[in-house]
Amino acid sequence: MAHELPYIAAIDEAIRLEMERDERVLYFGQNMATTENEPYVDAFGADRVRVTPISETAEIGIAIGAALAGFRPVVELYMAEFMLVAMDQVVNEAPRFRAMSGGQVSVPIVLKAGYGFTAGWAGQHTGTLGALFMGVPGLKVAVPATAADAKGLMATAIRDDNPVVYLHHYLLTLEHGEVPDGEYLVPFGHASVRREGSDLTIVATGWMVDRALGAADRLASEGVQAEVIDPRTLEPLDTHTILESVEKTGHLVLVDQATRHASASTVIAGEVAEHGFSSLKAPIVQVTALDATIPYSEPLEAWVLPNEDKIVAAAQQVLGLAPVNA
Amino acid sequence: MSALDRNRQVCIYEQMLRIREFEERVKGTFEEHPGVIRGHTHLADGAEASIVGSIATLGPEDRFFTTYRCHGYPLARGTDPKAMMAEIYGRKDGLCKGIGGSMHLTDVSNGFLGTSGIVAAGIPHATGAAWAAQIRKQGQVVLCFFGDGASKQGAFSESLNIASLWRLPIVYVMENNGYNVHTRTEQEDANRANGDDLSVKAKAFSMPGVTIDGRDPIEVYETVGSAVERARAGEGPTLVESQMYRLSAHGNIIAPPGVPLHFPEHEAIEKFGAPEEYEAAKRGDPVPAFRGRLVGEGSLTPEEADAIAERARAEMEAAVQFALASPFPEVETALEFVYA
Repeated sequence: MAHELPYIAAIDEAIRLEMERDERVLYFGQNMATTENEPYVDAFGADRVRVTPISETAEIGIAIGAALAGFRPVVELYMAEFMLVAMDQVVNEAPRFRAMSGGQVSVPIVLKAGYGFTAGWAGQHTGTLGALFMGVPGLKVAVPATAADAKGLMATAIRDDNPVVYLHHYLLTLEHGEVPDGEYLVPFGHASVRREGSDLTIVATGWMVDRALGAADRLASEGVQAEVIDPRTLEPLDTHTILESVEKTGHLVLVDQATRHASASTVIAGEVAEHGFSSLKAPIVQVTALDATIPYSEPLEAWVLPNEDKIVAAAQQVLGLAPVNA
Repeated sequence: MSALDRNRQVCIYEQMLRIREFEERVKGTFEEHPGVIRGHTHLADGAEASIVGSIATLGPEDRFFTTYRCHGYPLARGTDPKAMMAEIYGRKDGLCKGIGGSMHLTDVSNGFLGTSGIVAAGIPHATGAAWAAQIRKQGQVVLCFFGDGASKQGAFSESLNIASLWRLPIVYVMENNGYNVHTRTEQEDANRANGDDLSVKAKAFSMPGVTIDGRDPIEVYETVGSAVERARAGEGPTLVESQMYRLSAHGNIIAPPGVPLHFPEHEAIEKFGAPEEYEAAKRGDPVPAFRGRLVGEGSLTPEEADAIAERARAEMEAAVQFALASPFPEVETALEFVYA
C-alpha cells in the first residue's frame, strides 16, 4: 500500500519511523524548537531531539562524538552551504575515524541538508554541492528525486554505519508522490531507470530528473527513445546500470545542476570514457550549470542552469540530429 | 575526590615515568632506526603530571579524547605500549593496524574513542560523547584534552557553549604549554596578552574555570577530580587550564635538509633565543620533581624509584623490539576500513 505525500513530508516520515524503531537515533539542529518540530520533542523527548545554536562545527562534531559513543544522530542542517562552515568535520573528521582507528569505530551520522534552491536565493544558498562530497572516501552521498526515494533513502541513510550526506532538493520540497506505507528502504548504489529507451541514455539527479524526463518526452515526439537514469546516490555510484544502458544506446548525455568541474556528471563521464568507450558511438555531452556564482536576477539564473531545451539540444547533438554547437 | 594514598601516588609516578620512557624511545627511534617513523610525531614530555593526574580520576566506564600529541593518555589508561609503538612504526600489529599512525591513536577497549589531528576538532567529538553519556544516565564522564592554541578555534567556543547550555558531563582540560607550534601564547591569545589566565575563557560560557600547575600531579588529580565529580553529579562542565612546559620541540619529523619544518631543539632556544627559559623549565621537569617529592616524603625509597625506572626501561625496550619485529600490514588493508 502507498499514500501520497509531499517530498519533504516523506523525509519526515522516514526519520519518525526510524526514531520509533531505534532509540539510538537522535535528531537535532538549529531551529528544532520551532512549531514544526515540536511533535518530535513530544514524541521522542528532549534527550533525543534538541535545538542547537548556530554552530555547525559543533553540531556536526557533536554528532560524530555521539556516534562514536554508540548513537545514530541525524543533524538537521537546513541548507547544504551551512556544511561548508564545518568543512573540516564533514570532510576530514567524520569519514576518517573508521579508517584511522583500524576499524575500531564507525561514525553512523546523517547530515541532512537542502540544496539547489535556484528560486532567487542568489549566490550563497543555491549550490548543488553533492559532488564535492562524493570524492571523499568514507562519505556516502544520497540525492533523492522523488518522494518515495526521499523516504527510502533517508531510512537507509539512518541505518547505514557510515557518515551519509543526505541532500534533498529544495525545488522538490512540495512535489507530491506516491510513498510506500510503513518500513521502506531504498538501497544505496542502485540507480533508478525512470524511463526505458534504446537510442540515448540521459543521466540526471535531483531536480534535473524531471527536466530530463520532460526532454525525453519531447525527443519521443521526434522518434527518439531516451532512457533516463537517476543514480539516486552519488556514492556509492551505480556505474554498472549506466554502462549497461550505454552499451544498449551508444549515446550519453549527462545532466547536472552543479557547475561542471564540481559535478557528478564529470565523474560519470570519466567512468564511461574508461569502461564504456567501445560502446560509445559519439562523444559524451554534459549539460551542467555554467561556471558562475548563481545570480539573483531571474533571467540570469535561468540562463546559467540546465533546462529542457539544453538537454534536448544536447541529445540532438549526440545523435547527430543537429549541428554541433561551436 | 578521595585523597591519594601512598600506593596510588607511587602508581602515578610509575605511569609518568612510563610515558617519559616511551616518548624517549620514540624520539630515539629517529636516530637509532632512521626511516622507521614516518611523518610527524608529537611528544608528551613535560605533560606527564597533567596527563596521569587527569586520567587517574576516571572510572572504568568513562571516556576521553585527546589531541594529536596523544601517546601519554592511553599508556596511563592501560593500552599496550607494544601495540602503540607498532602503530607509530606503521606495522601490522599496531593499535590501529598501521593505518592511523602517531597522531590518531584509538583504543575503544579503554574508552579512547578516536583522535583528530586537526587542532580543536576533537573538542566537539568529546562533547558529543558527553551528550551520549547524558542520554544513557549511567554516570559516565568524558575528559577532553586540548592545547592552549585550540582555544582560539571556533570548535572550542561552539562546543563549550553547548556543553554549558546542556549541562553535559564533561571536563575540558586545556594543556597550556606556552606555545602553539612555534608561536608563544602571548602572541596569539588576548587573555594572555592582557595578563589573564586562559581559564577566564570559561566565564564567557558561564562555567567554572580554574588554572592550576599542571606539573604537579596531585594538584591536577584534585582539581580535575573535583570537576569530574561535579560533572558526574549532573552539574555540568568545567574548564581547567593546566599550565606546563613542553620539553621537546613541537614535533619530531624527518624533513629534507634545508626545509625548515621543525626545530631540533625547543623553540625557546631555536626561535626566541631564550635558552634560560628552557633551562628553567628543565629544572621544573615534573618527572624528577615528583620522584624527589615522594622520596623526600618517605613514600618511596631511592632503590624503589630506581626499580620502577628499570621496569619502565625494560617495558619500552620490549615495545621497540616488538614493533621492529612486526611486519608491515598487507597493502590491501588500506581499503579494508574505508567504509563500515
